[in-house]
Amino acid sequence: MIKVSIRKKLLMAGGKQDLVIDAELPALSFGAIYGPSGAGKTSLLNILAGLMQPEQGIIEVNGQTWLNTHKKINLPVQKRSIGFVFQDFALFPNMTVKENLLYALPKNEPAGLIHELLSTINMTDMATHKPSTLSGGQKQRVALVRALIRKPQLLLLDEPLSALDNDMRLALQNELAAFHQRYHLTTLMVSHHLPEIYRLAGNIWHISQGQLLKTGTFAEVFGISQQQNKLTGIGEVVSIDEFNMEVLTESNIVTLPVGGSKKILKVGDKVTLHCDAAYMQWEKLS
Amino acid sequence: MDYQPLLLTFKLALVTTGCLVLVGVPLAALLAQTQSRFKPVAEALISLPLVLPPSVLGFYLLLAFSPNYRFGHMLETLLNLRLVFSFTGLVIASVIYSLPFMVQPVQRGLEALPASLQDASRTLGKTRNQTLFKVLLPNIKPALLTGIILTFAHTLGEFGLVLMIGGNIPGVTKVASIALYDEVEALNFKNAHLYAGILLVISFTILLAVYNLNKRLLKPHLTA
Repeated sequence: MIKVSIRKKLLMAGGKQDLVIDAELPALSFGAIYGPSGAGKTSLLNILAGLMQPEQGIIEVNGQTWLNTHKKINLPVQKRSIGFVFQDFALFPNMTVKENLLYALPKNEPAGLIHELLSTINMTDMATHKPSTLSGGQKQRVALVRALIRKPQLLLLDEPLSALDNDMRLALQNELAAFHQRYHLTTLMVSHHLPEIYRLAGNIWHISQGQLLKTGTFAEVFGISQQQNKLTGIGEVVSIDEFNMEVLTESNIVTLPVGGSKKILKVGDKVTLHCDAAYMQWEKLS
Repeated sequence: MDYQPLLLTFKLALVTTGCLVLVGVPLAALLAQTQSRFKPVAEALISLPLVLPPSVLGFYLLLAFSPNYRFGHMLETLLNLRLVFSFTGLVIASVIYSLPFMVQPVQRGLEALPASLQDASRTLGKTRNQTLFKVLLPNIKPALLTGIILTFAHTLGEFGLVLMIGGNIPGVTKVASIALYDEVEALNFKNAHLYAGILLVISFTILLAVYNLNKRLLKPHLTA
C-alpha cells in the first residue's frame, strides 16, 4: 500500500498554488495520475521520488516511511526503492545502451541481468549503440528497463509514451502492462491520454489545480457506466451553438444535437457519449 | 635569444590550468546547482578579472601578499611562505585572474544539460559526486576543453598582473610578455620580434584549436 498525504507550495500554470494530495494506492496495482497541464502531476511524482520536498507530508510505501515531516524523516532519493521513467527518457548520451544499464546496476547484482533485460525488449543487438541513434520506442524501452534494474517497489512513469506515435504507443502499453505483472510492481503513471489510462490503470487519481478531485476506477472517476448494451466514449466539445455541437473523440468528430444542454456546456468541456447498442452497425476491418 | 622566459610562461600556464581544473570545475558545478540568493554575488566576483585592469588585481594582491601587511605577514610567520616576487605567488594570482575563463564555460555547459539527466542518476541511487563525474562532466566535454584551453591561453597573455606581483626576476617571474617589454625598452627589436611572433603564433593556434574542437564536439549526442 502506498499512502501519500502532502502539501506543497507550487508555481503552477494558474500562478501560485498549493498542491494538496491525500491518496492511497494498493500494493501491486497500476495507478494513473490524470489531469490538465500544470495541475501538479509531475510535481507529485517528483515528491514521491524525493526529487522535490513538500513543506508538509507523509509518504509511506508498503509499511516503510519515506517521508514524515512531523518526525523529521526524509529518505533521500537514492534510498527510496523507485524506478523513474522521465518524459524525455533521460538516457545518458555519453554511454551506450549497455553502459546506461551497467551504470544503474547495483554492485551485488550479476551483469547477466542486463543481458536478460535487453533480450526481453529485443534490443540485444543494440547494446553498443549510443542513445542518440535509437528510435523513440527503443529509447523508451531502454529507459524502462534501466528503471527496473534496481528492482524497485514503486515504478514512477512521467508521461512515458507521450513522445511516441500511436502504433508505438499501443505496443509499449502492452509491454508496460507485461512488465508491471512480471516484476510485481506497484506502478504510478502520469498521463493525460484517456484511452491509455483506461487500458493500463485500475486506479486513477484525478488532479486539477493542485487538488485531488476524485480517485477510483476509470468508471468511477469518469462516470462511465458498465452496461453491456451501450457504447460509451469520451470526447471534448470543440464547438457549440444553439442546435448542434461537435465533439472530438479519439477517432473522429461527432456532430450531435445539443438538446437542452447548451447552458451547461462550453467549448473545452469533456463529455461522455452514449449510444444504444440497438442502433449500432459494424463492419469488419480488412 | 633567451628561451627561459618562454619556458617559464608555459610552466606557469600549465600549472595554472591544472590548479584551475581542480578549483574551477567544482566551483562551476556548485554555481550551476545552487539556488542561493548569493549566487549573483559569487558570479560577479568570479567574473571581475574579465573587466578589471590586471594592474588593479595585481595591486591588491601585492598588498595582500606583502609581508608588511597582515595576511602576508601571517603567511610568512606561520607557513614560512613569501608569495610576492615568487613563482607560487604568480600561480595563485594567475588562478584568480583566469578563474572566469574556466568557471563560465563549465557552468554554462552544466546548466544547458537537461535537469532530467541528474535526476535520473539520483533515482538510480547515485551520489552527487558520482553523478557529476560519470554523467554530467562527460556530457560537457566541449565546455571543459574550452575552459582548459582558454585558461591556458589567457595565462600566456598575462602582463600587468605579473609585473605588479612578480616583477622581473629571470627564471622565477620573468615570463615571455615581460621579456618582450624588456627587449623593446632596450631597443632590441630582433629579440622582441621573436618573443612577440612566438606568442602570436601559439595564441592563434590555441584559439583555432578551440573553435575546431567545438565545431566537431558540439554536433553529436546531445539529444538522448
